[in-house]
Amino acid sequence: MRHLAWAYLAAAYVFVFLPVVVLVVFSFQDGRLPVPPFRGVTLDWYAKVLADGKLMAALWNSLVVAVVSSTVALILGFLAAHALARVRLPGSALMRGVLIAPLTVSYLIIALGLLNLYTQTGIRLSLWTAGIGHVVINLPLCFAITYAAMGDHQKAAERAARDLGAPEWKVLLLISAPMLSAPLAAAFFLSVTFSWDEFIIAFLLTRFDVTLPVEIWSMLRSGLSPATNAVGSLVFLVSVTLVILLELLVFRRAK
Amino acid sequence: MTASVSIQSVSQRYGAALALHDVSLEIAAGEFVVLLGPSGCGKTTLLNIIGGFAEPTSGRVLIGGRDMTGVAPKDRPTTTVFQDYALFPHMSLRDNVAFGLRMRGVPRADRARKADAMLALVGLEGRGDRRPHELSGGQRQRVALARALAVEPDVLLLDEPLGALDLKLRRQMQDELKAIQRRVGTTFVHVTHDQEEAMAIADRIVVMNGGRIEDHGPPREVYLHPKTLFTAGFMGEINRIPVRNGRAPFGPVPVADGILCIRPEAMTPTGSLHIGPCTVRDAAFFGTHVRAHVSPLAAPDLRLVVHLPQSQIVEEGRVLDLGADSHVVLTE
Amino acid sequence: MSLAARDRRLAWGLLAPALLWTAAFFILPFLGMVALSFAHMEGRQIVHGFDAGNYVRIFTDWTMLKALINSLEITAVVTVISIVLAYPLAAIIAFRVPVRWQRLALLLAVLPFWTSYVVRSYSWLLVLGQNGVVNQTLLGLGLIAEPLQIASTRAATVIGFVHFFVMLLTLTIYANLIQLSPNYARAAQDLGAGRWQTFAHVILPLTLPGVVTGAFLTFVLCIGDYITPQILGGNAELTLPQLIMLQLGRSGNFPLASALSVILMAVVTLAYVTSSRWLRLDRV
Repeated sequence: MRHLAWAYLAAAYVFVFLPVVVLVVFSFQDGRLPVPPFRGVTLDWYAKVLADGKLMAALWNSLVVAVVSSTVALILGFLAAHALARVRLPGSALMRGVLIAPLTVSYLIIALGLLNLYTQTGIRLSLWTAGIGHVVINLPLCFAITYAAMGDHQKAAERAARDLGAPEWKVLLLISAPMLSAPLAAAFFLSVTFSWDEFIIAFLLTRFDVTLPVEIWSMLRSGLSPATNAVGSLVFLVSVTLVILLELLVFRRAK
Repeated sequence: MTASVSIQSVSQRYGAALALHDVSLEIAAGEFVVLLGPSGCGKTTLLNIIGGFAEPTSGRVLIGGRDMTGVAPKDRPTTTVFQDYALFPHMSLRDNVAFGLRMRGVPRADRARKADAMLALVGLEGRGDRRPHELSGGQRQRVALARALAVEPDVLLLDEPLGALDLKLRRQMQDELKAIQRRVGTTFVHVTHDQEEAMAIADRIVVMNGGRIEDHGPPREVYLHPKTLFTAGFMGEINRIPVRNGRAPFGPVPVADGILCIRPEAMTPTGSLHIGPCTVRDAAFFGTHVRAHVSPLAAPDLRLVVHLPQSQIVEEGRVLDLGADSHVVLTE
Repeated sequence: MSLAARDRRLAWGLLAPALLWTAAFFILPFLGMVALSFAHMEGRQIVHGFDAGNYVRIFTDWTMLKALINSLEITAVVTVISIVLAYPLAAIIAFRVPVRWQRLALLLAVLPFWTSYVVRSYSWLLVLGQNGVVNQTLLGLGLIAEPLQIASTRAATVIGFVHFFVMLLTLTIYANLIQLSPNYARAAQDLGAGRWQTFAHVILPLTLPGVVTGAFLTFVLCIGDYITPQILGGNAELTLPQLIMLQLGRSGNFPLASALSVILMAVVTLAYVTSSRWLRLDRV
């Protein structure tokens, strides 16, 4: 029974890591195709990718869209969570539902709805129009995470601050936000990674300037290439660094 | 620095439940008042209404003669020491204590000086740079007190501030709380369910039950001369003996009809209200006294609790002649 | 104004930005999409009106109906396989791995979750393709004579999906398992339950809400995904999202795409209603 468990764990890790390992290994392929046999190690593909202006522009676009849209989503979500956690309003449950709802809708539908809205109102597609979509998908996430983190402890401290004469904006800035720094950071990083990685909204709602996943998509159309492996490995490296930083900075400190 | 509080026919209704039922109370400036009662009696609701955290369904509260209706907690001359302290975990003790002053626009250096002075007042001198999580429960309680007092409120509200402390620490903090109140002269309104705590600190005890005030007065008055059976029972153990037509179960007594209430420590061999010979059923040594159950020979079904001097050796089955030093007669 | 009224006004002020954003960029576009689904095309021109023609077409045109069926089948298979694989993995990490290594074990188990979504499907293509790692290995070992056709089939789509959702479900199920007090299992065993009985009667029912929530998330993400079937499944058989994208790209038929999206939304809503008894979306 014990051995079976460890064997299962090992098999699971193999399954989970198989594509990633293949991706990274063949990004060093000294040849035109990223499939076996492995012909030797070269860094040419990385050099080629890093020198690719369009790709680097897309990478920068992705970062800007991710950071800006996550910041907006975090602020809106946090304020809404603060309000709903504090005061019982008529229809509180309904409003929680409305704010969470986009989480249960496919990104494709959100993208299509927005595309239609933009066309009808004559708004030109750009990175900003995609960013609006990313706020829509990340707002429920930020709201849910901060709402769940607001416990009695939090409410008691806010109440004490009000009792000592703090106006509401100072309560938010000096008490609520610092006390929730861990969940706020978690929500922000999660939003950044979701937005950074999001394809379908970015694909349908951008035109000339595109984000990284859209650029990678267009690379795929020209078939298999170790260059795609190299981009994918770099993206993986960046995401994993973010995740490990988050783990070390936020969750370790929160304990 | 200090102000009177006037509570005028305050009622509080939550849906169908009535948490406070037409409560009126006058609290003098500089008085230490304890609201005492079991959980759910309305004492915390009343405190929240004074602090502005809840609004009464009807009635009003005046502080220093000023009507508080519609005044937010931050604009009231009250501060609160919360049951769970509610210290700000991300701030040093100094910043915690100085928070109220910061909100009032006091310059940094001045408020740091004041905060350090307040920390010294509660016996935490030189610990201003610590964080709340480094402190013991008793120390956190002191910081909460210093924080609430730093803004020099007219009225300090304390919501079971000692509830989370162990018994020994609680008794020690009671003495300190009383001493600090004497020094600052602020009106203290303190909520507790512990009648010993109430007697230790209060100038006046207000006993509450079922959303009403049952009784109020100095500790001695409330303990020795309770106005209701509830107060009599809540303030400490008491023997209740029914008296009808001038007769108790053990014989005639020279008191009015009703419930004859006698505290266990008031039962002595020399008591003026004679009960007669009683058999000891059991006895246990309590340190300060010996607690025994006895039954009068004339009424073997009646069980009375007696506190006897610690020096007295009492065996089961022994017969003692007992009377009551003091008593009250109440009606149901 | 009373204190409570002032509090409420403040709360509305804080809520307003989020509610307005959701209304303007989620609810309004969605209603617009529903309206558009009743329009129709004349040439390359959209004609607004009330015309149920798109819906009639979806349920009578076999290509369209087949796409819906494909999507449902794939999603059902993926959801079931993913739960069956992820539950033991989460349980092993929660109960067998020593506590101080658990976070690391979990972090490792879901690390590839953080690769780019597009790249992840592409990576599976390298593994499953005609000249891919699997075929080359099997050929090298002499187990097969001809390369297996895995890529551009439903199997490849399912493998790609399962890979992603095993990681997602491991996270949610693990989070559920460690929240359980160990005293539940101890109490059950103390009362004479064996390992299996403890699991079946105590642990599993207690984690069911978490599993259902994870399953619902899997369902929603899987049925609405375009990338994985497009890259791994190819065009051999279409899923609903692929069909929607085809309408947008090739013919610019927005009304039909909208109608297909409304169907997709209806399917998700149906899944939500069925599972809502156990769902805890605010606890994700």
